[in-house]
Amino acid sequence: MDFRLTPEQEKLKAEFDAHFKEEAKRAPEGWFGGFETRFETEENWAYYRSVIHRVAERGWLSLPWPKKYGGRELGYLEQALFAQSAEYHRVPAIDVHLSIVSAGMLEYASEEMKQEWLPRMSRGEIDFAQCWSEPDAGSDLASLTTRAVEDGDDYVINGQKVWTTGAHRANHLFILARTDTSAKPNKGLTYFLSEIDKPGISIRPVYYMNGGHVCNETFFDDLRVPKKNIVGKVNEGWKVTMAGANFERSGAGGVAAMQRDLEDLVDYCKHTCRRGQVLGKNPIVQRKLADLAVKIEAMRQWAYFCAWQQTRNPMSYMEPSASKYYMTELMVELANTGLEIMGLYGTLKQGSKWAALKGKFEEQSQITLGFTIAGGTSETQKNIIAWYGLWLPRMK
Amino acid sequence: MDLDLTEEQQLLKKSARDFFEKELPREKVKELEADPLGYSPELWKKMADLGWCGLIIPEQYGGAEFGLLELVMLLDEMGRASLPSPYFSTTVLCAPLIMMAGSEKQKSELLPKIATGELIFALALTEPSATFEPDGIETTAIADNNSYLLNGTKLFVQDAHCADYLICVARTRVWTAPEEGISIFLIDPRSPGITITPIKTIANDHQNEIVFDNVEVPAANLIGEINQGWPVIKRVLDQAIVAKCAEMTGGCDWAVDASVQYAKERVQYGHPIGAYGSIQHYLADMWIECSMGRRMTYYAAWALQEGEQTDMIIPAVKRWVNEAYKHCTRMGVQIHGGIATTMDHDMGLYYRRARQGALLFSDTEESLQKVARQLGL
Repeated sequence: MDFRLTPEQEKLKAEFDAHFKEEAKRAPEGWFGGFETRFETEENWAYYRSVIHRVAERGWLSLPWPKKYGGRELGYLEQALFAQSAEYHRVPAIDVHLSIVSAGMLEYASEEMKQEWLPRMSRGEIDFAQCWSEPDAGSDLASLTTRAVEDGDDYVINGQKVWTTGAHRANHLFILARTDTSAKPNKGLTYFLSEIDKPGISIRPVYYMNGGHVCNETFFDDLRVPKKNIVGKVNEGWKVTMAGANFERSGAGGVAAMQRDLEDLVDYCKHTCRRGQVLGKNPIVQRKLADLAVKIEAMRQWAYFCAWQQTRNPMSYMEPSASKYYMTELMVELANTGLEIMGLYGTLKQGSKWAALKGKFEEQSQITLGFTIAGGTSETQKNIIAWYGLWLPRMK
Repeated sequence: MDLDLTEEQQLLKKSARDFFEKELPREKVKELEADPLGYSPELWKKMADLGWCGLIIPEQYGGAEFGLLELVMLLDEMGRASLPSPYFSTTVLCAPLIMMAGSEKQKSELLPKIATGELIFALALTEPSATFEPDGIETTAIADNNSYLLNGTKLFVQDAHCADYLICVARTRVWTAPEEGISIFLIDPRSPGITITPIKTIANDHQNEIVFDNVEVPAANLIGEINQGWPVIKRVLDQAIVAKCAEMTGGCDWAVDASVQYAKERVQYGHPIGAYGSIQHYLADMWIECSMGRRMTYYAAWALQEGEQTDMIIPAVKRWVNEAYKHCTRMGVQIHGGIATTMDHDMGLYYRRARQGALLFSDTEESLQKVARQLGL
């Protein structure tokens, strides 16, 4: 057992760190990282696009892919180092939608499709938004009812999707729709790609509880998608969806983001007086901060282990599920603890001269609520561990 | 980076698992809890024959010269088996102390006999002050010609009742910072003036009170330099924390496994209880806590072994494993239902050990204070 990075990994890490440290300096006023913020304002989106452009130039959008599609063929640990570096510096360099689509595509798409799409994706030309969930199909995704019906060289899609994060910024959608209503729920689904600027697609904003425009609902009204835009085979979209889980899901990036937030919070507590006492000298505050530090440390060790497990078995479920569950719950805890420690100052929104840490925890205490729901709820992750890790019986 | 166990580590872990499954049924553990000696000399001999007593002792002193990571693998299994034995006192606390600070003579006389299992040691460190910090040491050792006179009371000393030697930590200088006046002595427990009285604990782990009443100790029995004992104890304790975490993780692992197993078998309302979401989610949480603790323990052992920075990870892992083990055994009882609250059931063994282990060497509050200091608070 050896926890040391190889010289190549150290070199790569230094390269990532140097780049992101510089990129962080270009962030717009009030920027504090995270996945959602990029969609909220024009400035944030412009920053995100310019970051992605430079990341793509370095071949870092496609780190794990085979070289022939513009990839670097790097492993999960190296990807974890990338995520760690970007997230610590709060630079929006990770496109999870791209990771999901490319993982499914690499596994199941035709060679022709890969040739057509992957190089463009690696150049950062495609911003996907995800059309999976529906009003009546959340955790039970396979029960979705959006229909796709064959018509000549096309499929015609009708239905409604929700939680289409970033659809108002994206230029493409990836869509899961039902092509066979008689088969078992997960045997009649097909995975489509579509340009977003097409007749038959309408997008409506869904404002988050803090007022931010991140999510949307998307309506399909006779949307025509050419058959060549199907990833994998007709009625085999579920397999492609599942294969989309094969990307770096160790949580290393999230750990780095939390580490950075904790550093800021600790720093705030060291330099803030409340009722004549430095906040950081209050034993109760100390205990809260220390407990968060322990949990982040636990998650850090777990993330490395998880990346290591993924290296050995790309489709391992148990470890990434544990990562997703524990980390997102910890993010909620961190945000709420931060808000509480700051007291009334913690509740101030960004923009007020009185706002603590740019209103970071005021926003995070709301935004993180989506983290324990999106991408498989905490309960779903625990189900996965119980069913596919501990092999507990499943109620039929 | 290579986060797999080496073949040697896997082999050690597997042979320990097999050994304890064969040699130490939990009925035997319960018998030993009630037994005044508290361990099985016969089992101890077999463990020594497997090379475990000298696992981390250098080859030149008859040991196997393995590292902390291998020790962690073995302790994990000992914790799983809930082994009652003076192993922790002898091999984890005292042998490394002698290795770190002992004279060549002390090392060559004592270590080979520890490795063969002939000598059992106990570390007389804690006192009625009930802390593992240097300011808790009030037992005094006063130089008197060619010897020292020891006076004071040691408390919570595991295995003193069966030890061939005590290693006693005493204050040799008073008007100084607490950590700068501490020395370490090798003591024959049969020396005049020593009274050892067993005390019973929640874990039935055979602790004792030791009263030193003008006990004369030859100057040659000083281990290491006079007044320089604390840095040695600090290093022993750092290692002990990681080692205890390994042992606790092993116990925690048993509690999770046993609960998963039981949830698959126990049928209520027509289904195994493990098919119900509430039980599944308890078990998933338990598995996560236990598994994360194990990865932290491995990292801490590696970092300590390689001389990396450990000021953060050591208190962090103790805090984590304390809470994980306590929670998993508490939920282990809950999942098993009423039967697990009885003496007949094995879960109680682990539930009680969790509550003891969580307070040893660094409890959760102390660990968090140390973490806070690392954060610069």
